[in-house]
Amino acid sequence: MTAEPDGPEDRLRRFATIWSRAVFPVTATSLTRPEFEQRLVPLARRLSEALRARTFDSAEGQAVGAALIDAHCTEPEALSRTLDCVDAYLVLYCGGDGSQEALRTRSARLQHAMAAGFARALRERTLTEQEAIARAALQAQGVVADALHATEARFRAVFEGAAIGIGIADLDGNLLQVNNALLRMFGGTEQLMRGRKVTDWTHPEDAPQVWRLYEELVRGDREHYHVEKAFYRPDGTVLWTNLTVSLLRDADGAPQYQLALMEDTTERRLLNLRLRYEATHDALTGLPNRTLFFERLDKALSAGEDMRFGLCYLDLDGFKTINDSLGHAAGDRLLVEVADRLQSCATAPGEMVARLGGDEFVALTTGPDTEREVDALADRIMNALVTPVRIDGRELTVRGSIGIVEGPAGERGPAEVLRSADITMYRAKSAGGNRYELADPEADARAITRHGLTTALPAALDRGEFFIEYQPLVRLGDGGVHGAEALVRWLHPQHGVLGPDRFIPLAEHTGLIVPLGRWVLEQSVRQAREWQDRHTGAGPVRINVNLSPCQLTHPGLVSDTVDILERAGLEPSALCLEVTESALIGADDDLLKPLRRLAEMGVDIALDDFGTGYSNLANLRRLPVSILKLDRSFTQGMQQFPADPVDLKIVEGIVSLAHSLDLSVTVEGVETGAQAEQLRILGCDTAQGWYYARPGPPDRLHELALVDATG
Amino acid sequence: MERPAWAPRGIDISVPSVSRIYDYYLGGSHNFEVDREAARRAMEFMPGLPRIMQANRAFMRRAVRFAAEEGVTQFLDIGSGIPTFGSVHEVARAVRPEARVVYVDHDPVAVAHTEAVLSGEEGVDVVAADLRKPREILGSSVVRDLMDLNRPVALLLVAILHFVEDEDDPYAAVAELRDALAPGSLLVVTHASYEGIPLPPERAEGAVDVYKDIRNPLIMRSRDDIARFFEGYDMVEPGLVPMPKWRPDSAAEDEDPYSYSGFAGVGRTA
Repeated sequence: MTAEPDGPEDRLRRFATIWSRAVFPVTATSLTRPEFEQRLVPLARRLSEALRARTFDSAEGQAVGAALIDAHCTEPEALSRTLDCVDAYLVLYCGGDGSQEALRTRSARLQHAMAAGFARALRERTLTEQEAIARAALQAQGVVADALHATEARFRAVFEGAAIGIGIADLDGNLLQVNNALLRMFGGTEQLMRGRKVTDWTHPEDAPQVWRLYEELVRGDREHYHVEKAFYRPDGTVLWTNLTVSLLRDADGAPQYQLALMEDTTERRLLNLRLRYEATHDALTGLPNRTLFFERLDKALSAGEDMRFGLCYLDLDGFKTINDSLGHAAGDRLLVEVADRLQSCATAPGEMVARLGGDEFVALTTGPDTEREVDALADRIMNALVTPVRIDGRELTVRGSIGIVEGPAGERGPAEVLRSADITMYRAKSAGGNRYELADPEADARAITRHGLTTALPAALDRGEFFIEYQPLVRLGDGGVHGAEALVRWLHPQHGVLGPDRFIPLAEHTGLIVPLGRWVLEQSVRQAREWQDRHTGAGPVRINVNLSPCQLTHPGLVSDTVDILERAGLEPSALCLEVTESALIGADDDLLKPLRRLAEMGVDIALDDFGTGYSNLANLRRLPVSILKLDRSFTQGMQQFPADPVDLKIVEGIVSLAHSLDLSVTVEGVETGAQAEQLRILGCDTAQGWYYARPGPPDRLHELALVDATG
Repeated sequence: MERPAWAPRGIDISVPSVSRIYDYYLGGSHNFEVDREAARRAMEFMPGLPRIMQANRAFMRRAVRFAAEEGVTQFLDIGSGIPTFGSVHEVARAVRPEARVVYVDHDPVAVAHTEAVLSGEEGVDVVAADLRKPREILGSSVVRDLMDLNRPVALLLVAILHFVEDEDDPYAAVAELRDALAPGSLLVVTHASYEGIPLPPERAEGAVDVYKDIRNPLIMRSRDDIARFFEGYDMVEPGLVPMPKWRPDSAAEDEDPYSYSGFAGVGRTA
């Protein structure tokens, strides 16, 4: 729109310019001043037209006042300046030619209307905005409340769904809230728990520190503690828990609540107790086992001054025979019965009975008076064994040998005490059994324990403490030396020379028998070769070497033997391996295979101790043996004169049987000339025994052979 | 105990809010008495505070229009506060009707109000997030839905950086946002400063103390410190200047002296 200079339009715009200049500084608009002026022009026009309208309408003034609010002129100062401006310039610039008085009246009325319109619009806007912001605040709070609610719901779900028991109490111990898991643990209802006090939950097994820790926590001196604690359930049963109690403080750090987290460990504890019981008790008899016995012995030996201990070490006499003849089941029942009787012997506090293994039992008494008590205990045990044990309709007489050790605590360790008891027990046994002996330090020092020997065995082999003696085997036909049996000896640094019966079972047990057996074979074979070299012309000298059951199953048996023979340059037929009859009882083909291979090579296999076990004569046919060695028990009856006719018949029968199976017969334990003669007549092939020579060094045999050859 | 991350903060409208105080300075009624009380106290020291806000609004308006005229159609306004007349989307859409705008604020009341005002508007939305955690802003579903960060964005940090204390490392936050923006993006900043205030500093400090009292301290930074926010940006002419001097529409004669408080500037990523 173009404005004619000083025409009505131009004057209207000048009015708008004055107006905008007056008001702009107090508006909040982000428009520039010229932009703002552009917004005022239509308002100015409305005022101008209203001023000059034929019919005056003050509503126009109200609309313009309200429009100021729309233009963000919300400051009251904006209204004030607007009205000043209208009052001073509206009639002047926009009044035209009308009556000045009428125009001024109209202007004043327009101003009143503008003020009213401004106020109404401002009130509307203010209320609207207040409502909007209030709603926004409410909404934001709602969002937060929802989130808080969700948070709380989550916490509640955690609290209720947790697998561990959770309880909250105040600092006086009043229980405020518990979760389901805790209720389940206690097997109670919420009613039952509410109003309870934490401090009511004492239990006789509470560790001493449990309630001290509790007091420290509620005082605020401790943030948390962790204990293992038992509770009584409402039904009287016991609940064991892993309990963690934490102090909850308020925002200012003042103690406020206590929080208990508990885990039910009742079953785990029972399981542990059972495992512990199983680990410390003998499954067969239910008696405490070696582990528990040593724990108690250890405790007794480390007890304070004036405390003493007494120990009875019991080994049943002849139990092995019972086991062998009646079977393990019967042997086990016997042990159970013995255990029950022993148990009734040691019922006083400080007394206990344990089974160490096999048929070995111990009874322990502790306290200040064991000197007197231990004898009484041993008497009770001997008495308890007097009544025969009835098994499978048989009355079995049970006897035992007891070694007693008694002394003050704090002097000896458990191993030493038990060793002493073991030695003493063996002393009782060697004295005939069915008795008890008191430990004697001198006897202990002399005694050779199996344990001591077992541990000394490996070093003994390394140190060359073993040596071999040879006992000649004599041809009964012509009395010539046929060969010799190699017998291993142990020259023990403390105990002197020990026979194979003392250490071969131990070597068998530890597996040392394999290297030891190989060493014996090596030495013997080399010795045989030496004899042959030095003794040509007196016929072949044979060497007999014992094989233990353990060696029989050793995979290297055949190759080792071949290797040893080859290295010594001895023909296989000069070697005889002696195997006990019992080692071959029930032997299957796998076990016999190595022996068969050796026999095929020409090595003789002798069945040692023939006649002591359950000799299965039919079995003889399938064994790769070529020699029977009759046990010395057969020859004992021939020592007297006249010889026992039954023994004679038996030997005669065996010899006849053996010969018919192409086996030669060797007799052991020949001690008299009469015996030798008798056996010769019965057809035995070879013999050995003191009558000819005791086992001795290799040179002795050499001498004998020389005598034989020259004689 | 640490409050878990998923537990919300409470809202306490008895505590003044800087966005509602700002609304009051601009003559709005989106505020409560606590806000007005704080604003009146600040104005006792600096009566011209509303003029500064007005200049700030006017600058933002010019900057948004500039960005839209430069071809930018995406606007990320962090610290948007209470929406009032002349909002970013109104200004931007006056030039580019297709403009998309995401408002961000950490004041839940401002966010709720913005949601109410924007309801039914297409291409405009609001995110409740904090400038100090840019990843939450950039990773928000609203930003991912409305913005294509492979194309230029106008990032508005108008009258917000002076509410982030140094220990919260506003520079790192600004850098992280910058690294997320495509070349050609713009950074629009206004920031309070003692420089330019037509009062002795000790009087201005009185107003600053009011913000400290309401636990929303106002961090007055020097021009050099403010310039550091533009690291990695090329300054758009006329650089970092008092608000009325940034590409004014009209003669300076109408400007109130208070409007020269603080600095404004626009930078462009290379």
